[in-house]
Amino acid sequence: MLILECPYCGVKAEETELSPGYEAHLKRFGPGSSDEEFEAYMFARKNPKGVHFERWRHVYGCGKWFLAARDTNTLEVFGTYPAQSSEPPADLQDKIKAKRPDWKGYK
Amino acid sequence: MKRYSVFAIAKEALNYHMGWEKAWASPAPKKEYDAIIVGAGGHGLATAYYLGKNHGITNVAIIEKGWLGGGNTGRNTTIIRSNYLQDSSAAIYEKARSLYETMSQDLNYNVMFSPRGLLMLAQTHHEIRGYQRTAHANALQGVATEWISPAKVKELVPIINIDGPRYPVLGALYQARGGTARHDAVAWGYARACSAMGMDIIQQCEVKGVKTEGGVVKGVETSKGYIGCKKLGIVVAGHSGQLADMAGFRLPVEAVALQALVSEPIKPCMDVVVMANTVHGYMSQSDKGEMVIGGGTDGFNNFTQRGSFHHIEETLRALIETFPIISRLKMLRQWGGIVDMTGDRSPIISKTPVGNCFINCGWGTGGFKAIPGSGWAMAELVAKGEPGPLAEDFNMWRFKEGQFIDESVAAGVAH
Repeated sequence: MLILECPYCGVKAEETELSPGYEAHLKRFGPGSSDEEFEAYMFARKNPKGVHFERWRHVYGCGKWFLAARDTNTLEVFGTYPAQSSEPPADLQDKIKAKRPDWKGYK
Repeated sequence: MKRYSVFAIAKEALNYHMGWEKAWASPAPKKEYDAIIVGAGGHGLATAYYLGKNHGITNVAIIEKGWLGGGNTGRNTTIIRSNYLQDSSAAIYEKARSLYETMSQDLNYNVMFSPRGLLMLAQTHHEIRGYQRTAHANALQGVATEWISPAKVKELVPIINIDGPRYPVLGALYQARGGTARHDAVAWGYARACSAMGMDIIQQCEVKGVKTEGGVVKGVETSKGYIGCKKLGIVVAGHSGQLADMAGFRLPVEAVALQALVSEPIKPCMDVVVMANTVHGYMSQSDKGEMVIGGGTDGFNNFTQRGSFHHIEETLRALIETFPIISRLKMLRQWGGIVDMTGDRSPIISKTPVGNCFINCGWGTGGFKAIPGSGWAMAELVAKGEPGPLAEDFNMWRFKEGQFIDESVAAGVAH
């Protein structure tokens, strides 16, 4: 069972209190973009066996969206951070690198 | 290969059954093959089988990271049906279902195909409309299904409670020739037939890299060394994204966990398959008497082969109301499999951006039923280099073109 700490209200919530929202930090493409860009934005999701950044919503709590770093192969949660982040915080990335030396880094 | 028959059993009985040969050989890999299939699950083995049987290509290796049939082929709830809405889906799933009918004779291996009938319960008004539409579509496609009343459901499934109140049974989509088969036997039967044709099944051999030259595949790096190939078929379900990454392209696929569980064995009480899609509960009774129950998927990417417990709870909470008889049953085992989900919940059987490299993936939560049809279509693609009529709509470029085979909308849920 996943337990994620909501970065807004500080509650350590287990997953029935949360709603998953798949990949985080998607760059959105709309009218005027190329077919390839739009297809990639719509369908080509990162699907790593390992470190993954994703969106969650504290749906039965404060109701806010936040982001989480998690290992899809072990279910280990590295940390959570606010949704208003264009990329994972540096200290979180350092923490993941320390735990997963093979990790090729964000992006 | 010695044929299995009643006479073989009698003959071997005289030898105290010590004379049975191994069902398949486990050779060391050769330096090069005409075709390598990565993944010795149902779909990979079926692909290899039809490569040999339909196209005469037998210099083939089937490479498997773990053991044969040990992934989703050994983890599913064995349901076979073809009551899909879209024509492309109905074609390939009905091809698969029809091949199941004669598979035991074809492979000389008892896969215990049991066309016991299958019901998809309508428990909301939305589902009534959806399944009536599917029944009409199936009539046009030549797939034998019918819409039946709650009274008929009760007649077919005496243990069901059709009154609700939370989950009333308002009717059902009935496919009389749907059913189940013995999942391991499907993998074992194909493996035995492939081995008999001279193909090499190489287990405990993990692919570490895909070698390409000028955009064309040349071979694979594995834990047992480099193996060359003229053609490569990737048929690895949950790890399709990882293999595609090695070959240098991206797939519109995400891996999530799907769960199933099985009860203690009880006396025969239900001789059809019942699917309750609204509550993600799928139940049939195995030949051993266990109630086999499939649940829903998790909503997040996961490679751990175990799912979230609350999905099991949700499935059982609803099923207990629909089948009050199971409320005191003990559940013996629960497990998860990693399924590869596409954006339109339909599979991908496709050429790839890499030359002579083909992919078969994205079967999501319903791959077992498709094994023979999928292998048939994939073998044609690998052999000819171009998709046949069964596979052509399932190409990986349909997402860019917007030509979805939209089965998630058709059913209201994933399959």
